[in-house]
Amino acid sequence: MNIAPDGLCVEKVHVWRGDRHVLRGVSLAVRAGELMHVSGPNGTGKTTLLRVVSGLLRPENGSVHWQGRSIAAAPAEYQAALAYASHEPALKGDLTALENLRFTVGLKRRVSAAELRSSLDRTGVPGCADLPARVLSAGQRRRVAMARVLAFRADLWLLDEPFTNLDGAGSALVSALLAEHVGRGGVALVVAHHELNVAAQTRRLELA
Amino acid sequence: MTAATTAAAAPGAPVIKVGVQNAFLLVLRRELALSFRRPDQLLQPLVFFLIVTTLFPLGLSVQLSLLRDMAPGVLWVAALLSSLLSLDALFKSDADDGTLEQLALAGQGLYVIVMAKTLAHWLVSGAALVLASPLVGTALAIPEMAFGTMMLSLTLGTLTLSWLGAIGAGLTVGLKRGNVLLSLIVLPLAMPLLIFGAGATDRAISGTSAAGALYLLAALCVLTFTLAPFAATAALRISLE
Repeated sequence: MNIAPDGLCVEKVHVWRGDRHVLRGVSLAVRAGELMHVSGPNGTGKTTLLRVVSGLLRPENGSVHWQGRSIAAAPAEYQAALAYASHEPALKGDLTALENLRFTVGLKRRVSAAELRSSLDRTGVPGCADLPARVLSAGQRRRVAMARVLAFRADLWLLDEPFTNLDGAGSALVSALLAEHVGRGGVALVVAHHELNVAAQTRRLELA
Repeated sequence: MTAATTAAAAPGAPVIKVGVQNAFLLVLRRELALSFRRPDQLLQPLVFFLIVTTLFPLGLSVQLSLLRDMAPGVLWVAALLSSLLSLDALFKSDADDGTLEQLALAGQGLYVIVMAKTLAHWLVSGAALVLASPLVGTALAIPEMAFGTMMLSLTLGTLTLSWLGAIGAGLTVGLKRGNVLLSLIVLPLAMPLLIFGAGATDRAISGTSAAGALYLLAALCVLTFTLAPFAATAALRISLE
Protein backbone atom coordinates (compact mmCIF):
# COMPACT_ATOMS: atom_id res chain seq x y z
CA MET A 1 0.00 0.00 0.00
CA ASN A 2 1.33 3.38 -0.93
CA ILE A 3 0.70 5.78 1.95
CA ALA A 4 1.75 9.38 1.62
CA PRO A 5 3.99 10.32 4.56
CA ASP A 6 2.34 13.70 4.93
CA GLY A 7 -1.32 14.55 4.80
CA LEU A 8 -4.39 12.41 4.73
CA CYS A 9 -4.77 9.12 2.93
CA VAL A 10 -8.01 7.15 2.71
CA GLU A 11 -7.77 3.68 1.18
CA LYS A 12 -10.72 1.71 -0.22
CA VAL A 13 -13.20 2.54 2.51
CA HIS A 14 -16.43 0.52 2.60
CA VAL A 15 -19.35 1.40 4.85
CA TRP A 16 -22.69 -0.36 5.10
CA ARG A 17 -25.72 1.22 6.75
CA GLY A 18 -27.95 -1.76 7.40
CA ASP A 19 -28.44 -3.23 3.93
CA ARG A 20 -27.26 -0.14 2.13
CA HIS A 21 -23.71 -0.09 0.84
CA VAL A 22 -23.09 3.64 1.34
CA LEU A 23 -19.38 3.96 0.64
CA ARG A 24 -18.09 1.56 -1.98
CA GLY A 25 -14.34 1.55 -1.84
CA VAL A 26 -13.69 5.28 -1.61
CA SER A 27 -10.02 6.28 -1.79
CA LEU A 28 -8.51 9.72 -1.60
CA ALA A 29 -5.24 11.42 -0.73
CA VAL A 30 -4.74 15.00 0.34
CA ARG A 31 -1.24 16.36 0.93
CA ALA A 32 -0.20 19.19 3.20
CA GLY A 33 -1.16 22.46 1.54
CA GLU A 34 -4.08 20.96 -0.35
CA LEU A 35 -7.81 21.20 -0.10
CA MET A 36 -10.20 18.48 -1.19
CA HIS A 37 -13.73 19.34 -2.13
CA VAL A 38 -16.11 16.40 -1.74
CA SER A 39 -19.33 16.82 -3.65
CA GLY A 40 -22.17 14.71 -4.99
CA PRO A 41 -25.94 14.34 -4.82
CA ASN A 42 -27.78 13.87 -1.52
CA GLY A 43 -27.44 10.47 0.03
CA THR A 44 -24.16 9.51 -1.61
CA GLY A 45 -22.31 9.30 1.67
CA LYS A 46 -20.46 12.63 1.85
CA THR A 47 -21.12 13.11 5.53
CA THR A 48 -20.50 9.41 6.16
CA LEU A 49 -17.09 9.79 4.50
CA LEU A 50 -16.31 12.77 6.71
CA ARG A 51 -17.33 10.82 9.81
CA VAL A 52 -15.10 7.93 8.75
CA VAL A 53 -12.16 10.30 8.27
CA SER A 54 -12.84 11.92 11.66
CA GLY A 55 -12.73 8.51 13.33
CA LEU A 56 -16.31 8.75 14.64
CA LEU A 57 -17.39 5.94 12.35
CA ARG A 58 -15.31 2.83 11.84
CA PRO A 59 -15.44 1.57 8.27
CA GLU A 60 -16.24 -2.10 7.69
CA ASN A 61 -13.27 -2.25 5.38
CA GLY A 62 -10.44 0.05 4.38
CA SER A 63 -8.17 2.40 6.28
CA VAL A 64 -7.54 6.05 7.07
CA HIS A 65 -3.98 7.30 7.57
CA TRP A 66 -2.83 10.68 8.82
CA GLN A 67 0.85 11.62 8.46
CA GLY A 68 1.55 8.02 7.52
CA ARG A 69 -0.06 6.52 10.66
CA SER A 70 -3.36 4.75 10.96
CA ILE A 71 -5.80 7.00 12.83
CA ALA A 72 -6.97 4.02 14.90
CA ALA A 73 -3.41 3.50 16.18
CA ALA A 74 -3.11 6.83 18.00
CA PRO A 75 -6.58 8.37 18.29
CA ALA A 76 -5.66 10.99 20.90
CA GLU A 77 -2.79 12.34 18.79
CA TYR A 78 -4.94 12.33 15.69
CA GLN A 79 -7.78 14.13 17.43
CA ALA A 80 -5.36 16.81 18.65
CA ALA A 81 -4.52 17.56 15.02
CA LEU A 82 -8.15 17.55 13.95
CA ALA A 83 -10.84 20.22 13.69
CA TYR A 84 -14.22 18.73 12.82
CA ALA A 85 -17.28 20.85 12.12
CA SER A 86 -20.45 18.85 11.54
CA HIS A 87 -23.51 20.45 9.99
CA GLU A 88 -24.81 20.99 13.52
CA PRO A 89 -22.99 24.00 15.01
CA ALA A 90 -22.65 22.16 18.38
CA LEU A 91 -23.54 25.18 20.50
CA LYS A 92 -25.44 25.08 23.78
CA GLY A 93 -28.24 27.64 23.75
CA ASP A 94 -27.91 28.45 27.44
CA LEU A 95 -24.20 29.25 27.25
CA THR A 96 -22.73 32.32 25.58
CA ALA A 97 -20.77 31.92 22.36
CA LEU A 98 -17.55 32.49 24.29
CA GLU A 99 -18.43 29.92 26.97
CA ASN A 100 -19.31 27.41 24.26
CA LEU A 101 -15.93 27.86 22.61
CA ARG A 102 -14.04 27.93 25.88
CA PHE A 103 -15.47 24.53 26.69
CA THR A 104 -15.04 22.69 23.39
CA VAL A 105 -11.70 24.28 22.51
CA GLY A 106 -10.55 24.12 26.14
CA LEU A 107 -10.77 20.32 26.13
CA LYS A 108 -8.30 20.16 23.29
CA ARG A 109 -5.76 22.79 24.21
CA ARG A 110 -5.15 25.53 26.73
CA VAL A 111 -6.77 28.66 25.45
CA SER A 112 -7.34 32.18 26.79
CA ALA A 113 -10.56 34.16 26.51
CA ALA A 114 -8.69 36.84 24.55
CA GLU A 115 -7.64 34.30 21.97
CA LEU A 116 -11.20 33.03 21.57
CA ARG A 117 -12.45 36.59 21.25
CA SER A 118 -9.98 37.23 18.47
CA SER A 119 -11.22 34.08 16.68
CA LEU A 120 -14.78 35.38 16.96
CA ASP A 121 -13.48 38.72 15.63
CA ARG A 122 -11.96 36.93 12.68
CA THR A 123 -15.24 35.25 11.74
CA GLY A 124 -17.16 38.49 12.01
CA VAL A 125 -19.19 37.90 15.16
CA PRO A 126 -17.34 39.88 17.86
CA GLY A 127 -20.63 41.22 19.26
CA CYS A 128 -21.94 37.70 19.85
CA ALA A 129 -19.24 36.62 22.30
CA ASP A 130 -21.28 37.38 25.40
CA LEU A 131 -24.73 36.55 24.05
CA PRO A 132 -26.39 33.21 24.80
CA ALA A 133 -26.16 31.04 21.69
CA ARG A 134 -29.93 30.57 21.58
CA VAL A 135 -30.48 34.20 20.50
CA LEU A 136 -28.03 33.94 17.60
CA SER A 137 -29.24 33.48 14.04
CA ALA A 138 -28.38 30.34 12.09
CA GLY A 139 -25.72 32.24 10.14
CA GLN A 140 -24.17 33.66 13.30
CA ARG A 141 -24.06 30.17 14.82
CA ARG A 142 -22.27 28.92 11.73
CA ARG A 143 -19.72 31.72 12.12
CA VAL A 144 -19.21 30.86 15.80
CA ALA A 145 -18.66 27.21 14.76
CA MET A 146 -16.09 28.45 12.25
CA ALA A 147 -14.39 30.47 15.01
CA ARG A 148 -14.08 27.20 16.92
CA VAL A 149 -12.41 25.53 13.95
CA LEU A 150 -9.93 28.43 13.87
CA ALA A 151 -9.32 28.31 17.61
CA PHE A 152 -8.52 24.58 17.55
CA ARG A 153 -5.39 25.55 15.57
CA ALA A 154 -5.49 22.11 13.98
CA ASP A 155 -3.66 20.84 10.91
CA LEU A 156 -6.59 18.95 9.45
CA TRP A 157 -9.95 20.65 8.92
CA LEU A 158 -12.98 18.49 8.23
CA LEU A 159 -15.90 20.74 7.37
CA ASP A 160 -19.40 19.51 6.61
CA GLU A 161 -21.32 22.08 4.52
CA PRO A 162 -19.55 25.09 6.07
CA PHE A 163 -21.39 27.52 3.78
CA THR A 164 -24.93 26.65 4.92
CA ASN A 165 -26.91 29.65 6.20
CA LEU A 166 -24.06 32.06 5.45
CA ASP A 167 -24.54 35.30 3.55
CA GLY A 168 -22.26 36.32 0.66
CA ALA A 169 -19.72 37.96 2.93
CA GLY A 170 -19.76 34.93 5.22
CA SER A 171 -19.09 32.52 2.35
CA ALA A 172 -16.24 34.70 1.12
CA LEU A 173 -14.84 34.76 4.65
CA VAL A 174 -14.91 30.96 5.00
CA SER A 175 -13.27 30.65 1.57
CA ALA A 176 -10.55 33.09 2.66
CA LEU A 177 -9.98 31.22 5.92
CA LEU A 178 -9.72 27.94 4.01
CA ALA A 179 -7.22 29.47 1.58
CA GLU A 180 -5.17 30.81 4.49
CA HIS A 181 -5.21 27.45 6.29
CA VAL A 182 -4.17 25.53 3.21
CA GLY A 183 -1.60 28.20 2.34
CA ARG A 184 -0.01 27.66 5.75
CA GLY A 185 0.48 23.99 4.94
CA GLY A 186 -2.72 22.68 6.46
CA VAL A 187 -5.03 20.04 5.01
CA ALA A 188 -8.76 20.55 4.47
CA LEU A 189 -11.53 18.19 3.48
CA VAL A 190 -14.69 20.10 2.68
CA VAL A 191 -18.11 18.67 1.92
CA ALA A 192 -20.15 21.22 -0.02
CA HIS A 193 -22.94 21.12 -2.58
CA HIS A 194 -21.99 24.17 -4.54
CA GLU A 195 -18.78 25.18 -6.25
CA LEU A 196 -15.91 26.18 -4.00
CA ASN A 197 -14.20 29.42 -4.80
CA VAL A 198 -11.03 29.08 -2.78
CA ALA A 199 -7.70 30.49 -3.85
CA ALA A 200 -5.82 27.30 -3.03
CA GLN A 201 -4.66 24.03 -4.50
CA THR A 202 -8.02 22.29 -4.77
CA ARG A 203 -8.78 18.71 -5.68
CA ARG A 204 -12.18 17.34 -6.21
CA LEU A 205 -13.88 14.09 -5.32
CA GLU A 206 -17.31 13.45 -6.77
CA LEU A 207 -19.28 10.74 -4.98
CA ALA A 208 -22.00 9.03 -6.96
CA MET B 1 5.98 17.55 15.61
CA THR B 2 5.83 17.23 11.88
CA ALA B 3 6.48 19.99 9.42
CA ALA B 4 2.76 20.33 8.76
CA THR B 5 2.00 20.79 12.46
CA THR B 6 4.26 23.76 12.83
CA ALA B 7 3.30 25.13 9.46
CA ALA B 8 -0.46 25.03 9.92
CA ALA B 9 -0.65 26.32 13.48
CA ALA B 10 -1.63 29.95 13.57
CA PRO B 11 0.86 32.50 14.86
CA GLY B 12 0.93 32.79 18.63
CA ALA B 13 1.83 30.69 21.63
CA PRO B 14 2.55 27.00 21.06
CA VAL B 15 -0.34 24.59 21.45
CA ILE B 16 -0.44 23.23 25.00
CA LYS B 17 -2.43 20.07 25.59
CA VAL B 18 -4.98 19.79 28.37
CA GLY B 19 -4.45 17.16 31.06
CA VAL B 20 -7.09 14.60 31.99
CA GLN B 21 -7.71 16.22 35.36
CA ASN B 22 -8.30 19.65 33.87
CA ALA B 23 -10.56 18.17 31.22
CA PHE B 24 -12.59 16.43 33.93
CA LEU B 25 -12.98 19.66 35.90
CA LEU B 26 -13.85 21.60 32.75
CA VAL B 27 -16.68 19.21 31.86
CA LEU B 28 -17.91 19.16 35.46
CA ARG B 29 -17.95 22.97 35.67
CA ARG B 30 -19.71 23.27 32.35
CA GLU B 31 -22.37 20.72 33.26
CA LEU B 32 -23.07 22.48 36.55
CA ALA B 33 -23.19 25.87 34.81
CA LEU B 34 -25.68 24.47 32.30
CA SER B 35 -27.84 23.04 35.10
CA PHE B 36 -27.92 26.26 37.04
CA ARG B 37 -28.88 28.25 33.95
CA ARG B 38 -32.09 26.20 33.92
CA PRO B 39 -33.27 26.24 37.56
CA ASP B 40 -36.73 24.96 36.55
CA GLN B 41 -35.28 21.76 35.15
CA LEU B 42 -32.92 21.51 38.07
CA LEU B 43 -35.75 21.59 40.60
CA GLN B 44 -38.18 19.27 38.81
CA PRO B 45 -36.82 15.92 40.13
CA LEU B 46 -36.53 17.34 43.63
CA VAL B 47 -40.09 18.67 43.63
CA PHE B 48 -41.29 15.34 42.19
CA PHE B 49 -39.56 13.55 45.07
CA LEU B 50 -41.15 15.84 47.65
CA ILE B 51 -44.63 15.62 46.16
CA VAL B 52 -44.68 11.84 45.68
CA THR B 53 -43.51 11.21 49.23
CA THR B 54 -46.05 13.64 50.70
CA LEU B 55 -48.87 11.95 48.80
CA PHE B 56 -48.48 8.80 50.85
CA PRO B 57 -49.22 10.28 54.30
CA LEU B 58 -52.19 12.05 52.74
CA GLY B 59 -53.54 8.91 51.07
CA LEU B 60 -52.96 6.45 53.88
CA SER B 61 -54.92 6.47 57.11
CA VAL B 62 -53.37 8.55 59.83
CA GLN B 63 -51.68 5.70 61.62
CA LEU B 64 -48.14 6.57 62.52
CA SER B 65 -47.11 2.95 62.91
CA LEU B 66 -48.36 2.03 59.42
CA LEU B 67 -46.67 5.07 57.89
CA ARG B 68 -43.43 4.31 59.67
CA ASP B 69 -43.48 0.73 58.40
CA MET B 70 -43.96 1.85 54.83
CA ALA B 71 -41.65 4.87 54.99
CA PRO B 72 -38.37 3.25 53.83
CA GLY B 73 -40.03 1.69 50.78
CA VAL B 74 -41.86 4.86 49.84
CA LEU B 75 -38.75 6.97 50.28
CA TRP B 76 -36.61 4.69 48.14
CA VAL B 77 -39.09 4.14 45.34
CA ALA B 78 -39.64 7.89 45.09
CA ALA B 79 -35.87 8.52 45.09
CA LEU B 80 -35.31 5.97 42.30
CA LEU B 81 -38.09 7.36 40.13
CA SER B 82 -37.09 10.98 40.56
CA SER B 83 -33.44 10.19 39.76
CA LEU B 84 -34.61 8.46 36.58
CA LEU B 85 -36.54 11.56 35.49
CA SER B 86 -33.45 13.57 34.68
CA LEU B 87 -31.28 10.68 33.44
CA ASP B 88 -32.82 10.75 30.00
CA ALA B 89 -31.23 14.14 29.31
CA LEU B 90 -27.75 13.06 30.45
CA PHE B 91 -26.32 12.65 26.93
CA LYS B 92 -29.34 13.44 24.80
CA SER B 93 -29.05 17.21 24.51
CA ASP B 94 -25.37 16.89 23.61
CA ALA B 95 -26.18 14.26 21.03
CA ASP B 96 -28.96 16.35 19.49
CA ASP B 97 -26.93 19.52 18.98
CA GLY B 98 -23.70 17.88 17.81
CA THR B 99 -21.73 18.59 21.01
CA LEU B 100 -21.29 14.87 21.62
CA GLU B 101 -19.27 14.56 18.41
CA GLN B 102 -17.03 17.40 19.52
CA LEU B 103 -16.60 15.70 22.90
CA ALA B 104 -15.79 12.36 21.27
CA LEU B 105 -13.12 14.07 19.13
CA ALA B 106 -11.69 16.25 21.90
CA GLY B 107 -8.65 14.03 22.28
CA GLN B 108 -9.52 13.31 25.92
CA GLY B 109 -11.17 9.93 25.67
CA LEU B 110 -14.91 9.76 26.09
CA TYR B 111 -14.43 7.89 29.40
CA VAL B 112 -13.30 11.00 31.30
CA ILE B 113 -16.18 12.99 29.86
CA VAL B 114 -18.74 10.33 30.79
CA MET B 115 -17.35 10.27 34.35
CA ALA B 116 -17.58 14.05 34.71
CA LYS B 117 -21.05 14.29 33.21
CA THR B 118 -22.41 11.51 35.41
CA LEU B 119 -20.89 12.98 38.55
CA ALA B 120 -22.40 16.36 37.65
CA HIS B 121 -25.75 14.66 37.16
CA TRP B 122 -25.52 13.13 40.61
CA LEU B 123 -24.55 16.45 42.22
CA VAL B 124 -27.66 18.19 40.90
CA SER B 125 -30.09 15.27 41.29
CA GLY B 126 -28.94 12.66 43.82
CA ALA B 127 -27.15 14.98 46.21
CA ALA B 128 -30.14 17.31 46.24
CA LEU B 129 -32.42 14.37 47.13
CA VAL B 130 -30.12 13.37 49.97
CA LEU B 131 -30.19 16.90 51.37
CA ALA B 132 -33.98 17.07 51.12
CA SER B 133 -34.52 13.62 52.61
CA PRO B 134 -34.74 14.70 56.30
CA LEU B 135 -37.74 16.81 55.35
CA VAL B 136 -39.38 13.82 53.70
CA GLY B 137 -38.33 11.61 56.58
CA THR B 138 -40.17 13.88 58.99
CA ALA B 139 -43.29 13.78 56.83
CA LEU B 140 -43.12 9.98 56.81
CA ALA B 141 -42.64 9.76 60.58
CA ILE B 142 -39.12 8.36 60.39
CA PRO B 143 -37.45 8.95 63.76
CA GLU B 144 -34.55 11.40 63.80
CA MET B 145 -32.07 8.81 65.01
CA ALA B 146 -32.47 7.02 61.66
CA PHE B 147 -31.71 10.12 59.54
CA GLY B 148 -27.97 9.48 59.43
CA THR B 149 -28.34 5.95 58.07
CA MET B 150 -31.11 7.06 55.73
CA MET B 151 -28.98 9.83 54.23
CA LEU B 152 -25.90 7.64 53.93
CA SER B 153 -27.84 4.86 52.23
CA LEU B 154 -29.49 7.35 49.87
CA THR B 155 -26.10 8.86 49.01
CA LEU B 156 -24.70 5.46 48.05
CA GLY B 157 -27.90 4.43 46.31
CA THR B 158 -28.36 7.55 44.16
CA LEU B 159 -24.67 7.50 43.20
CA THR B 160 -24.99 3.89 42.07
CA LEU B 161 -28.16 4.73 40.22
CA SER B 162 -26.45 7.58 38.36
CA TRP B 163 -23.70 5.21 37.18
CA LEU B 164 -26.23 2.56 36.15
CA GLY B 165 -28.32 5.26 34.50
CA ALA B 166 -25.34 6.44 32.47
CA ILE B 167 -25.27 3.03 30.76
CA GLY B 168 -28.98 3.24 30.02
CA ALA B 169 -28.71 6.83 28.83
CA GLY B 170 -25.80 5.89 26.56
CA LEU B 171 -27.77 3.02 25.05
CA THR B 172 -30.93 5.05 24.46
CA VAL B 173 -29.32 8.31 23.34
CA GLY B 174 -30.15 7.75 19.69
CA LEU B 175 -33.83 7.01 20.29
CA LYS B 176 -36.57 9.59 19.91
CA ARG B 177 -38.54 8.52 22.97
CA GLY B 178 -35.95 6.64 24.92
CA ASN B 179 -37.04 7.52 28.45
CA VAL B 180 -39.42 4.57 28.87
CA LEU B 181 -36.84 2.14 27.54
CA LEU B 182 -34.28 3.78 29.83
CA SER B 183 -36.50 3.01 32.84
CA LEU B 184 -36.97 -0.56 31.64
CA ILE B 185 -33.20 -1.00 31.40
CA VAL B 186 -32.25 0.71 34.64
CA LEU B 187 -35.01 -0.22 37.11
CA PRO B 188 -34.38 -4.01 37.11
CA LEU B 189 -30.70 -3.29 37.72
CA ALA B 190 -31.68 -0.98 40.56
CA MET B 191 -33.63 -3.65 42.47
CA PRO B 192 -30.71 -4.61 44.74
CA LEU B 193 -30.40 -0.92 45.62
CA LEU B 194 -34.02 -0.78 46.66
CA ILE B 195 -33.75 -3.95 48.72
CA PHE B 196 -30.62 -2.99 50.62
CA GLY B 197 -31.33 0.73 50.76
CA ALA B 198 -34.83 0.34 52.16
CA GLY B 199 -33.49 -2.48 54.36
CA ALA B 200 -30.83 -0.23 55.87
CA THR B 201 -33.33 2.54 56.59
CA ASP B 202 -35.76 0.00 58.05
CA ARG B 203 -33.15 -1.33 60.42
CA ALA B 204 -32.15 2.14 61.51
CA ILE B 205 -35.80 2.91 62.29
CA SER B 206 -36.14 -0.24 64.38
CA GLY B 207 -32.87 0.61 66.11
CA THR B 208 -30.80 -2.36 64.92
CA SER B 209 -27.47 -2.17 63.12
CA ALA B 210 -27.71 -1.31 59.42
CA ALA B 211 -24.01 -1.92 58.79
CA GLY B 212 -24.49 -5.05 56.65
CA ALA B 213 -26.86 -3.40 54.20
CA LEU B 214 -24.71 -0.26 54.07
CA TYR B 215 -21.60 -2.28 53.26
CA LEU B 216 -23.43 -4.00 50.43
CA LEU B 217 -24.64 -0.66 49.11
CA ALA B 218 -21.09 0.68 49.25
CA ALA B 219 -19.83 -2.39 47.39
CA LEU B 220 -22.46 -1.90 44.67
CA CYS B 221 -21.48 1.75 44.42
CA VAL B 222 -17.79 0.93 43.94
CA LEU B 223 -18.63 -1.83 41.47
CA THR B 224 -20.74 0.43 39.26
CA PHE B 225 -18.34 3.37 39.63
CA THR B 226 -15.47 1.29 38.27
CA LEU B 227 -17.32 -0.58 35.51
CA ALA B 228 -20.28 1.53 34.42
CA PRO B 229 -18.29 4.38 32.79
CA PHE B 230 -16.65 1.83 30.46
CA ALA B 231 -20.03 0.38 29.52
CA ALA B 232 -21.58 3.83 29.08
CA THR B 233 -18.64 4.94 26.90
CA ALA B 234 -19.00 1.85 24.71
CA ALA B 235 -22.76 2.44 24.45
CA LEU B 236 -22.19 6.06 23.44
CA ARG B 237 -19.67 5.06 20.79
CA ILE B 238 -22.21 2.69 19.26
CA SER B 239 -24.82 5.44 19.31
CA LEU B 240 -22.39 7.88 17.66
CA GLU B 241 -21.92 5.55 14.72
